[in-house]
Amino acid sequence: MLLREVQYARPKTVEEAVGLLSAHDGARPLAGGQTLVNVMKARAASPDVLVDLHDLEELRGVRDLGNGSVEIGAMTTYSQLVSDQAAGARSILGEVAATIADVQVRNRGTVGGNVCSNDPTNHLPPLFVALDATFTIVGAGGAERTVPADEFFVGVYMTAAGPGELLTKITIPPGGQDGFAAVTIGRDGTGIVTVAASLNGGARIAIGCVDSVPVRARPMEERIGSDFSDDNVRAAAEGLGATLDPPGDVHASADYRRHLAAVLAARAVIAARDRR
Amino acid sequence: MDPVSSKRITVTVNGEVVEYDVEARRLLVHFLRDDLDLTGTHVGCDTGNCGACSVIYNGQLAKSCMLLAIQSDGATIETVESLATDGELNSLQQSFSDHHALQCGYCTPGMLMSATTLLRANPSPSEEEIRKAIQGNICRCTGYVNIVEAIKAVKQ
Repeated sequence: MLLREVQYARPKTVEEAVGLLSAHDGARPLAGGQTLVNVMKARAASPDVLVDLHDLEELRGVRDLGNGSVEIGAMTTYSQLVSDQAAGARSILGEVAATIADVQVRNRGTVGGNVCSNDPTNHLPPLFVALDATFTIVGAGGAERTVPADEFFVGVYMTAAGPGELLTKITIPPGGQDGFAAVTIGRDGTGIVTVAASLNGGARIAIGCVDSVPVRARPMEERIGSDFSDDNVRAAAEGLGATLDPPGDVHASADYRRHLAAVLAARAVIAARDRR
Repeated sequence: MDPVSSKRITVTVNGEVVEYDVEARRLLVHFLRDDLDLTGTHVGCDTGNCGACSVIYNGQLAKSCMLLAIQSDGATIETVESLATDGELNSLQQSFSDHHALQCGYCTPGMLMSATTLLRANPSPSEEEIRKAIQGNICRCTGYVNIVEAIKAVKQ
């Protein structure tokens, strides 16, 4: 397919990349391109300038900070999350990444691209909300700021990383009792409902595919408290569906998504509890 | 650095170094097929779902309809044309032929490249590993059974 005309630059440093992004209206970062190139074909997005992040080595890879805490560069691919030894310090990362699409997409698609595109069916936004991640964003002049996961996802395809800014890394705090449960369209397909949970004293539970951004199941978290027994977790999940207003489509009705949210939330918490 | 709308790229395709002027908007699959006349790589869905355009890009399997040619400056690319030598099928291709692993053949170039990367990393894959490895390649004729058989047979 012939794309609309576009300009291209491949900067060597983050500073140069941010300079390009802020100097041109309609400039977009190009990471793995596994979403952006397709939406350009459909003309759903028509950037004027593509800023290819390929050469920014400093944005690649995972650092093990100890106690399950890891720092993930925005240009880290899903395949790297699966195979990288440092990513193994927080095993949920590789487990979830291994279920994203297919080999080809996992080889090119990046963590930064997944969260910055913030498609409501993407796997990583609810996971990072449950893990209480922090997002580091660099803006014009190199000014760096950090945004908590609860504030990073703003709307469909919208995040706190605005025009002229670049997400550089995601930091996961210490922990390790994590779980993920999903019902997808076909194996490893697009999510119908996804739920991530992380236990750290209490539970943090985030539901994907039911709203424009991941939804925290706060009443369920409160009801669970620190009692992670099967009975208490399942009882706490009751009524969760009624608090949600998910879309209905050809794959699942809104009611079915409400039902799945409660079932999967309990499964995710129990999987997190049982992790060794 | 100023953004450009076209650029001369240098890529290594099937062992040959190629220099070519490409527009920024040109997809890699069109560069391979229309500029280099390597028409073995197919355009199936053009939406990144079918895998018919799969090539080996810097040693990793990738869909060439989701890459821009201009991104490949400096890259090493292997296409299905690299598999046979002097018209002689390699063992994977021969196995596809022996096992009737294709009917219309449209998905076959992508299947072969997926199987090639799998067998390089894992010379004796299980059926489960084969099925996971070709997950990104859609075949609408065979039902996959003979494709899996063909890939499994190469290890012996």
